[in-house]
Amino acid sequence: MNWFPENVSTFGGEIDSLFYLILYITGAWFVLTEGLIVFFLIRYRRRQGSKAAYLPGESLRQASWILVPCVAVLILDLWLDFRGADVWAKIKRQVPPSDLVIQITGKQFNWEIVYPGPDGKFGTEDDLQIDNELHVPVGKVVHVVLKSKDVIHSFFLPHLRLKQDAVPGREIQAWFEATKPGQFEMPCAELCGFGHSGMNGQLIVQPQEEYEKWVQEHWPKK
Amino acid sequence: MKIFSTDHKVIAKQYLSVGLFWAITGGLTAYMIRWQLAYPETEVPGWGFIAPDFYNMLVTMHGTIMVFFVAMPILLAAFGNFLIPLMIGAQDMAFPRLNMLSFWVFALASLVLLSSFFVPGGAASAGWTGYPPLSAKAAYTGVNWGLNLWLLALALEFASFLMGGVNFLTTAINLRAPGMTFFRLPLVVWMQLTAAVIFMLSVGPLIAGAVMLLMDRVVGTTFFLPEGGGQPLLWQHLFWFFGHPEVYVILLPGLGLVLEILPVFSRKPIFGYRAIIYSTIVAGMLSFVVWAHHQFLSGMDPRLAMPFSITTILISVPFALIVFAMIATLWRGSISFSAPMLFALGTLAVFILGGLTGIFNGSAPVDIYLHDTYFIVAHFHYTLFSAVFFAGFAGLYFWFPKMFGRMMNETLGKIHFLLTFIFFNAVFLPMHVVGLRGMMRRIADPTQYAFLQPIQPLNVFITVAAILLLLSQFLFVINFFWSLLAGKRAERNPWQSNTLEWTTLSPPPHDNFERVPVVYRSPYEYSSPESPEDWLPQDRQLSPHTAARS
Repeated sequence: MNWFPENVSTFGGEIDSLFYLILYITGAWFVLTEGLIVFFLIRYRRRQGSKAAYLPGESLRQASWILVPCVAVLILDLWLDFRGADVWAKIKRQVPPSDLVIQITGKQFNWEIVYPGPDGKFGTEDDLQIDNELHVPVGKVVHVVLKSKDVIHSFFLPHLRLKQDAVPGREIQAWFEATKPGQFEMPCAELCGFGHSGMNGQLIVQPQEEYEKWVQEHWPKK
Repeated sequence: MKIFSTDHKVIAKQYLSVGLFWAITGGLTAYMIRWQLAYPETEVPGWGFIAPDFYNMLVTMHGTIMVFFVAMPILLAAFGNFLIPLMIGAQDMAFPRLNMLSFWVFALASLVLLSSFFVPGGAASAGWTGYPPLSAKAAYTGVNWGLNLWLLALALEFASFLMGGVNFLTTAINLRAPGMTFFRLPLVVWMQLTAAVIFMLSVGPLIAGAVMLLMDRVVGTTFFLPEGGGQPLLWQHLFWFFGHPEVYVILLPGLGLVLEILPVFSRKPIFGYRAIIYSTIVAGMLSFVVWAHHQFLSGMDPRLAMPFSITTILISVPFALIVFAMIATLWRGSISFSAPMLFALGTLAVFILGGLTGIFNGSAPVDIYLHDTYFIVAHFHYTLFSAVFFAGFAGLYFWFPKMFGRMMNETLGKIHFLLTFIFFNAVFLPMHVVGLRGMMRRIADPTQYAFLQPIQPLNVFITVAAILLLLSQFLFVINFFWSLLAGKRAERNPWQSNTLEWTTLSPPPHDNFERVPVVYRSPYEYSSPESPEDWLPQDRQLSPHTAARS
């Protein structure tokens, strides 16, 4: 079984593979430690005439039984840190130039989606605003400017492994590139009031021609 | 038994009673939350429909109650109060009146929190983390006095535990019996002390934050409101600067209880006593530099994420050492499975998974997906349920004879453990899967989302298991009250344990010890070659003959 919803973003695979790397490492520790516990409980259960060994683990020789595994933990930790730093940098720091910029504003309990319109500028008359429906072309880098009108919301695209809080008073950048056309949900992931549950939008990823057709039909004319 | 008592044992029982009352309340909120998630749009049996804003109140109060009004009073206040003076050989706390005051301030905090359910608008519903602006203006949640009282209750609680912390520290430093050096202190005392220090150093910023939030709400300041130049993220930093160390404030005393119980029922010294102490201190220090791992996606500078991600993942090292030490204590032991030991082992088994899943959340890129999903909820229940309930029950089954002078029923205790262990895992193991499928925290109705439809059967399964988990706890309630009234009389030292509290009567008299105990050795000398028996109490003086032979 697949743990995650289908991934349809360029960087989602990186997050998923880092997840699985951590899963294998922690899974091995889990089996090892729990297995040892079960083994010890069976092997060293109290029996007639058996006496426990006196092992305070204070001398370095004895303590190395727990210190050496700790060194292994430390090394694996550092490995995960370095892998994590790479993936984080790829997603958060090496942002590719945008093909399309969209403003998304959270408000109790909707996503306001604003396209800049034909002039490519926000705050002009030809902006297009729609609620809860985000159309984007497939295979293009989309920059999202996240804002909020009231409380903190969190913009969540589970299928694109993208989540970013929208904070009132701030403009926060996020980006994605969808790899597959389709319709995906766009819920709010931060408690934002009584309508939090159900605050949801649709991300509609379209092939280029279809997207352009949508633009033709819906964007204000020049 | 006087109600207004300065006896640390009475105060411990008072904290325990209030904590157990809140545990029942917290359990009821869990029941309503789970019912709603499995069967939204149906009436909760015994309650009725749950409106979305009432649901938000439930999740807010569940977190607040379980962390601040169950974990803190039981693990820190009740066990700390009961054990510290007895284990170090003192007559009472250093400041008995301050101790009494701290309990009554806590009782007042409890009353304030309780009253917040009954004011117009209901209790707080902005999450137990109370993020502004949602929490800063009544208009955003419809809750007015409920949230003010929530803040007041927290402030009183912090005042109470500050007094408690001062008392714990002073007592353990100044009132140790002759021969009780720092490296002869039982580990639970070390854990309580570390927790007290962490708490006292971290709580200041949150108290400041709480006052600012209260002012935003009541007198119209805008510390956290952007329209007046405020900054919502400031609260998150203040909250988590306290909030993350707070996790260890709860966890360490819980692990401490387990560290006391494992050697007794393995008949072996705890493995690596000093290493555990150093690890505890390192973990305590690291806990101050991990807080922003709650905020990877909050809008703070992304460059800040990696340093916090690294410290967070590194904190696994000291805890790994403590876990390894616990496992090594079992190695070549002579292990018996009494109820307290079963719960102690349950703590260990469950905590390992909770610790390991923390690595996923601590990795900033993975947290982009996992943040605010049920994976997080599953993770912190594996850490905190193990510390609070598994370790708490272990402690209660173990020290009940000392607290109340009677034994608890072993068979009932074992059945209680078995059911709790099975149903706990049946609730929270599948919850990881629910989280990985993307289910967000704090949504009242998962069926509103198409991508969550396939996991709804799992949500139903979790709910059924949660109800069974809650029902299993009646075994403990029955055992507790039945044993209190009719349990077998306890002797001084029913478990053949080494620490000082077992050398006095069960329950101990007002001044604890008939005469001041003198300590000759570390607390875990089980199966020592110096003694013909497999235990050697801390206060037993070996005859010159045996001493010379060893």
